[in-house]
Amino acid sequence: MPTAAAQAPSQASAQKGASLWQDAFRRLRKNRLAMAGLAVVLFIFLACFVLRWILPHDPNEVELGNEFAPPGPTHWLGTDQLGRDLLTRILDGGQISLLVAVAATLLTVTLGILYGGIAGYVGGRLDAIMMRIVDGLLAMPFLIVVILFRELISGWIELASVFLIEDWGWSRDFVLRFSNIFPLLLAIAAFGWLTMARIVRTQTAALVHTEFVEAAHALGLPHRRILFRHILPNMLGPVIIYATLTIPSFILYEATLSFIGLGIEPPNSSWGVLIKEGANYLESNTKMLIIPAFVFSATLFAFNFLGDGLRDALDPKAAKD
Amino acid sequence: MLRTVVQRLLQTIAVVFCLVSFTFFAVRLIPGNPFADEKAIQPHLRERVAEPFGLNESWGKQFVLFWKNVLTEGDFGMSTSLFGRSVNEIMATAFPVSLTLGAGAMLVSLLIGIPSGVVAALRHNRLIDYASMVLAMIGICIPTFVLGPLLQLWVARNLPWINVAGWERPSDIILPSFTLGLVVAAYVARLTRGGMLDVLAQDYIQTARAKGLPAFRIITRHALRPALLPAITYLGPAFAAVITGSFVVETIFAVPGMGQHFVTAVTTKDYFLLQGLVLFYGTLMGGANLLVDIVLAAMNPRLREHA
Repeated sequence: MPTAAAQAPSQASAQKGASLWQDAFRRLRKNRLAMAGLAVVLFIFLACFVLRWILPHDPNEVELGNEFAPPGPTHWLGTDQLGRDLLTRILDGGQISLLVAVAATLLTVTLGILYGGIAGYVGGRLDAIMMRIVDGLLAMPFLIVVILFRELISGWIELASVFLIEDWGWSRDFVLRFSNIFPLLLAIAAFGWLTMARIVRTQTAALVHTEFVEAAHALGLPHRRILFRHILPNMLGPVIIYATLTIPSFILYEATLSFIGLGIEPPNSSWGVLIKEGANYLESNTKMLIIPAFVFSATLFAFNFLGDGLRDALDPKAAKD
Repeated sequence: MLRTVVQRLLQTIAVVFCLVSFTFFAVRLIPGNPFADEKAIQPHLRERVAEPFGLNESWGKQFVLFWKNVLTEGDFGMSTSLFGRSVNEIMATAFPVSLTLGAGAMLVSLLIGIPSGVVAALRHNRLIDYASMVLAMIGICIPTFVLGPLLQLWVARNLPWINVAGWERPSDIILPSFTLGLVVAAYVARLTRGGMLDVLAQDYIQTARAKGLPAFRIITRHALRPALLPAITYLGPAFAAVITGSFVVETIFAVPGMGQHFVTAVTTKDYFLLQGLVLFYGTLMGGANLLVDIVLAAMNPRLREHA
C-alpha cells in the first residue's frame, strides 16, 4: 500500500514495524534512476530466462554460409563467425553470467550472515579471532586467490567427472558444463563473503546492545528466537543493499576471468566469453564485440543504479545531496 | 606513529607469508603436474624431468627449501614452462614493463580523476557535475576488456603512430595505460568529488571566503588537501586493481609484462613462476597499502598527533 503510507503522517513509521519497508519502497519509487535500473534488470532477466527459450534458434547451431550476417528478420542481431544466432548466444551466455553472479551472491549472503552473526552476537574473544581471520583474508589480492582456488577446485572436479558420469549416471553434457561453471562460482563466493560478514557483524554487535534485545533477553527468550525475530530483520537493509551491489561486481569478475581464459569456457558461454570472441573478430565484424559489451555494461549500470537507489531508500540518513 | 608502522609492517609480512604458502600448497594440490602435457609421460621419465626442480621431495621439504632459497639468496627457482629460464630472470625482464604500464595507468587515473572530481564538486548539481559523474559511472561499468578492444578499433586504426598491440615504441605505452587507468580514474573522480563537497561545507572555508581570499587560492591551499584524503585512501585498492587489471590489459595489447606471465603460469602449472609472482605481487600490494597509510597519517594532523 504505497499510497496509504504516503498519506500517513510521519509518526506512523515509529508505530508500525512494516511501514519502514513501505517508506523505503515509496522513496525508491520516487528515484527515477533506481526504477530505470530495476526495469532494466527485470528486462534482462526476462530476456535471458524466457525470451531465450521462445526464440527458435539454438545458441550452438552452426549455419555454414551465413557467417557474420547483419541484423535481419531471422537473426535479429545477426550471426557470429560460425553463423550462430548472436541474440540467442547473448541471452544464453547471460543465463550463465547471471546464474553465477546470483548464486555466488546468495552463498555470500548466507555465509556472511552466519559468520558475522555469530561473531557479533557472541562477541568477546571469539569475535576478535573471527574478525582477525576476516581481516587477514581481506588483505589477500582477490582476483589472484580466486584464480588459484578455482584452478584447484576445477582440477578435482574434472578428476571426479569420470566417476560422476560412469558411476552416478549423470549426463555427460551436464557434467562437462557443471565442472566448468561450479568451480568459478564457488571460488568467487569463497572469497567474496568477507565484506558481508563484516557488515553483518557490525550490525549485530550494535543491535545486541539495544534496549529491545536486552528486553528480549530479560524475558528469557531463546537465542534462536532473538536472532531470527529481533536481530536479523533489523539488519536486512544493509544486507540487501550490499547484496545488490555485489551482483554486478561478481558479473564483472566472472567476465574478467572468462576473458583471460580462466573462467567459463566453451561449450558454455557467458558474456565474458562472447566479449572475448568479439575482441578476436574485431577486424572483420565489430558488432560481435559491441552488442554483447553493450548488454553487459547496461546490466552493470542497472544493478549499480538500483543498488545506489536502495541505499538511499533504506538508509536515508546515509544518503547525501 | 613508529609503533603503528612496525605493527602494520609485521601484519603485511604475515599476510604475504600466508598468501605465498596458500599458493605453494594450492598449486601442488591441483591434480596433475607441470610436466603432464596433452601427451602422457611415463612416470619414470616424469620423475627424471622433475628431479632438477626438487619436485620429487616431500612437500614439507620443498616448502622449507623454497623459503630458504628466497630468504637467503633471493632465488625463486627455475621456471618449469619456459625451459632453462629462472624465475628471477623472467621477473627481471617483465617487471620494468609492468612497472611502466602501472605507472602510466596511475598517472592517467590521477590526471583525469582529480581535476574532474574537483570541477564536479565546484559546479555541484550543475550540468558539468552530472556529466562528469555519468562519465565516471561509464568508466566503472565499461570494463578494461571492452575498452581495450574498442580503443584498438577506434584509436589505433585511425592514428598511424599508434600500434594496435605490442611493446616496442614509446607510443605503445599510451593505449594500455589509458585502458588500465580509466576505471581507477572513475573511482578517484567520485571520491575526490565527495571529499571536496564535504570540505567545501566546512566553516573554515566560509571563513576563508569571508576574508576575501581568491577562489583559486581557497581551493588549492585550503580545500584540496583534506578533500584528497578519500582518494588517497583508495590508492591502495587502486594499486591492486591495476595489478590484476594488467592480467587483462597485457593480454589484449600483447604487453610482455608480469600479468601475461601470471596467466600462462596458471594454465601451465608453473609452480615456481607462480610462487615468485604471487610473492612479488603480495609484497607490492602490502607495501603500497603501508605507504598509503603513512602518507595519510602525515597528511592528516589529527591522526599524526594521536598516534
